[in-house]
Amino acid sequence: MLMFRAMRYSGLPRSVLLLRFASSIVSRKHDYDLVVLGGGSGGLACAKEAVEYGARVLCFDYVKPTPAGTKWGVGGTCVNVGCIPKKLMHQASLLGEAVHEAVAYGWNVNDRDIKPNWKKLIQSVQNHIKSVNWVTRVDLRDKQVEYVNSMGAFVDAHTIEYRTKQGERKQLSAENVVIAVGGRPRYPLIPGAIEFGITSDDIFSYETEPGRTLVVGAGYVGLECACFLKGLGYEPTVMVRSIVLRGFDRQMSELLAAMMTDRGIPFLNTCIPTAVQRQANGSLLVKYLNTTTQKEESGVFDTVLWAIGRKGLTEDLNLVAAGVKTVNDKIAVDHTEATNVPHIYAVGDIIYGRPELTPVAILSGRLLARRLFAGSKQLMDYTDVATTVFTPLEYSCVGMSEEMAIEKLGAENIEVFHGYYKPTEFFIPQKSVRYCYLKAVAEVSGDQKILGLHYMGPVAGEVIQGFAAALKSGLTVKTLLNTVGIHPTTAEEFTRLSITKRSGRDPTPASCCS
Amino acid sequence: MSLTLWNSRFCVTLVRRQHATIFTSSASKTIAANSLHHTFSNNYQQQQHRNLTTMKPTNTAVAEKGTSRSSRISADGSTSATGINVPPFNHPHCDRQAMYQQPVRKIKTLRGSYDYDLVVIGGGSGGLACAKEAVANGARVACLDYVKPTPIGTKWGVGGTCVNVGCIPKKLMHQASLLGEAVHEAAAYGWNVDDKIKPDWKKLVSSVQNHIKSVNWVTRVDLRDKKVEYINGLGSFVDPHTLSAKLKNGDRTITAQTFVIAVGGRPRYPNIPGAVEYGITSDDLFSLDREPGKTLVVGAGYIGLECAGFLKGLGYEPTVMVRSIVLRGFDQQMANLVAASMEERGIPFLRRTVPLSVEKQPDGRLLVKYECTETGEIGSDVFDTVLWAVGRKGLVDDLNLPNAGVLAHNDKIQVDCDEATNVPHIYAVGDIIHGKPELTPVAVLAGRLLARRLYADSDLRMDYADVATTVFTPLEYACVGLSEEDAVKAHGADEIEVFHGYYKPTEFFIPQKSVRYCYVKAVAQRHGDQRVYGLHYLGPVAGEVIQGFAAALKSGLTIPTLMNTVGIHPTTAEEFTRLSITKRSGLDPTPASCCS
Repeated sequence: MLMFRAMRYSGLPRSVLLLRFASSIVSRKHDYDLVVLGGGSGGLACAKEAVEYGARVLCFDYVKPTPAGTKWGVGGTCVNVGCIPKKLMHQASLLGEAVHEAVAYGWNVNDRDIKPNWKKLIQSVQNHIKSVNWVTRVDLRDKQVEYVNSMGAFVDAHTIEYRTKQGERKQLSAENVVIAVGGRPRYPLIPGAIEFGITSDDIFSYETEPGRTLVVGAGYVGLECACFLKGLGYEPTVMVRSIVLRGFDRQMSELLAAMMTDRGIPFLNTCIPTAVQRQANGSLLVKYLNTTTQKEESGVFDTVLWAIGRKGLTEDLNLVAAGVKTVNDKIAVDHTEATNVPHIYAVGDIIYGRPELTPVAILSGRLLARRLFAGSKQLMDYTDVATTVFTPLEYSCVGMSEEMAIEKLGAENIEVFHGYYKPTEFFIPQKSVRYCYLKAVAEVSGDQKILGLHYMGPVAGEVIQGFAAALKSGLTVKTLLNTVGIHPTTAEEFTRLSITKRSGRDPTPASCCS
Repeated sequence: MSLTLWNSRFCVTLVRRQHATIFTSSASKTIAANSLHHTFSNNYQQQQHRNLTTMKPTNTAVAEKGTSRSSRISADGSTSATGINVPPFNHPHCDRQAMYQQPVRKIKTLRGSYDYDLVVIGGGSGGLACAKEAVANGARVACLDYVKPTPIGTKWGVGGTCVNVGCIPKKLMHQASLLGEAVHEAAAYGWNVDDKIKPDWKKLVSSVQNHIKSVNWVTRVDLRDKKVEYINGLGSFVDPHTLSAKLKNGDRTITAQTFVIAVGGRPRYPNIPGAVEYGITSDDLFSLDREPGKTLVVGAGYIGLECAGFLKGLGYEPTVMVRSIVLRGFDQQMANLVAASMEERGIPFLRRTVPLSVEKQPDGRLLVKYECTETGEIGSDVFDTVLWAVGRKGLVDDLNLPNAGVLAHNDKIQVDCDEATNVPHIYAVGDIIHGKPELTPVAVLAGRLLARRLYADSDLRMDYADVATTVFTPLEYACVGLSEEDAVKAHGADEIEVFHGYYKPTEFFIPQKSVRYCYVKAVAQRHGDQRVYGLHYLGPVAGEVIQGFAAALKSGLTIPTLMNTVGIHPTTAEEFTRLSITKRSGLDPTPASCCS
């Protein structure tokens, strides 16, 4: 740790430090010190970090096309079919809203019948992605990470086999292997699902306007897609099997669903799809079962988007040959990210039971490389990872949900501070402040250590990030209320929380400000 | 013997029974503070009846180790007694240790003998917060509020600077300007919107003013509901417990056990021909009944920069005139980046320049003559509007403070860590306080905590340290904690490490917005825990980004913790968790790749 710190912070010439670390890279009996399977966020971070410490690293990356034929370049889910395009679509949708707001603020812009040019938007998004792919490739070359655009699979615990572009079979051996193959969206097992449905892998490069879209699944991927489609003027409907945003705070999740309903996104609750058929006019007839009423119902859509979950890509790895055990389609790892085979590790979405988030994959990949090649002892800390759902009013949280806090500490031992608030900018365009809400879940006694923070409103991720650092620093309610706000922001509302749920007092603000 | 300690980092006030007052500056701070703490705790009992003799004439009584510096310093201290020159605080932060260890002075409410338990002079953020909190805790409270019209006749309702001529209208104008930018961005993202656009200034001003009026109204209703007596009059002291309020229909005399002065400040005008006749200030801009057009903004504090920023965003042509430096008191590297980002957007800066005169031309436009302080060169230009943003002055003049015995420091009032003035039952909060951040939430919290200490048995004092703030320029700047300069000054250049980096917000790519000035830095302790002393961020929604980190700083954030905090992707705030390059390393802080 000290050595690592010295490297990172002292700014000594790299060569000096590499000499120091050379001892930790002993083996030359394998072709590579490290082979990374998967060139996504976690894999690339791990590979690049390992090279920094003198390891010989090779990274495999291969994208199987989707049933609809979509494929993409290096960089994994986040860059190609995840956070980046999603955030850009979200931004496009917010900007449509901004045009209307601009009118309210006095700009002489014609906001009647504004429409997005789907093709232009897709083009812009894809151009950005292509440029990121390119920069990533250049970066790998600069850092001397060998990159092979092929699917690597185990032959034995130290040997990987792959096919070259020419179809030639090749093998190479590795001292250490990091599995970072990530996941892909699932399709439901119903007629027409694969033929006629698309997933988040396709939507960001979809040639045709999505139109009336059935989004099946109410996890964050489904809700985000439904929301930006709505914001872009299309007509999404969300089909929910049981609950929205499983795993998130229930109250916040319900609030978010209500906000979406308010914005004109219909929810088909307790429904499961049973079949998709193409009609003569090209539109899709979706049959579904309402599990509450047990009634068969149907609807006609232009697009059906499956967002029912993601599966880990263990199948093509021939893990059996290496002796690596799987849990369903994921891989279980210990606190050092090692699988049951000690020199084979896994990071990112392929890991069983950890948050599937880009920055988690990056940090754990990077820390793993430092432990392997730089003598570091630092382990990845998976607790209190903040996350955001990019719906029109965004939802972001860090730490425990209210339910989890109750489960772990007991309802009598927690205090929940909450409040609705009114963003200053919302008044002039008369935007709804109905769902602008935040809460802090804390211990009831002592300085009231904060267990979780939840925020629904504009730029939620930007708001919560700093509080995530605060939580890691041991934030208490006492400190929070002693923190002076930045006025006028929405983040300052956290410093003004004063009403507890236990008090039963009305959490709506009496006045507009101060 | 008793003693007051405030801000041991920079300024120590010490009182002995013989009424000694000593101000030391930062050099001797630690020794003085340490030795004083001991003395202090031994004399807890005597403190119970301590009154604010703190600033009375002194001999040179000095703490045990207050050696060589003290003689010079006590000389300063003694001048304070005359009220002419109380040494200013060098730093607006109260020392926390002292703050928590010193017992809070309690004032019992004496119902009956006075008209009110508490009279708050000034109905701005701090005054209202204090008044409402006091009532909530059972005190009988009146609040005076009066707004003198500006030279061109602008006036407004209850609520003070923030609501009427400060944060609220400025944020709305800033938002309007950002929305103009958003229309262009929308076009880049594929919306079929015609982005050759102009703002309707009158519509904007009337929207802003309507919002303000509604806030004024809600404030009035709120005061009535909470039973704070609101008096729309200008108060001035008759004696320490009596106030005379000038009302529309004559004067009224009001007595109170306790007073809180929360009169705030107003913009200054420079002392040059034409300044008052032809110039306006931020007090006028948000209700100006004509388009500002080509505007000279004189002053490069945050108010000047913010006004210039939103005027540019709204399509007008602001020019910023800077006497010496931009954003005095802020981190200068960041300040210069802010200025550069504004210049990149086409806002010219006239540097090292002071205005000489303003004349009205026959065509109604304003001819401004100015001088370059370096070359002595005289220049002139014609503007439609001249906006003074040269600083603000505290409104002590009308209070007749000598009648109450309250000492002023220039146009401000000095208070101790209970927010008490030299007269024990007269307090001050908000912008009128000398040497503390002039920010709404500071005033609100200080006012509220004061009321709780006075009427609710609270011991909690206002902690003025690590107050975060934001400058709402087109690319916003927010910070919390120490600037790099202050960190160097306080800890020495060898003991601090500065992590920094440029970054590229994901949303900026498609509309090809400039990422040139998107920059973050963390100023930290170099060794040991690597405690974070200050965080600085230039980029979108800066205030939203920094607020949480302000709470983190108060919770003892360290560099290892920061780097161990998982980012939220894709946000700009996550850049703080990705800082890895130190200034000391000399490595290039520009990002190699666009992401991940």
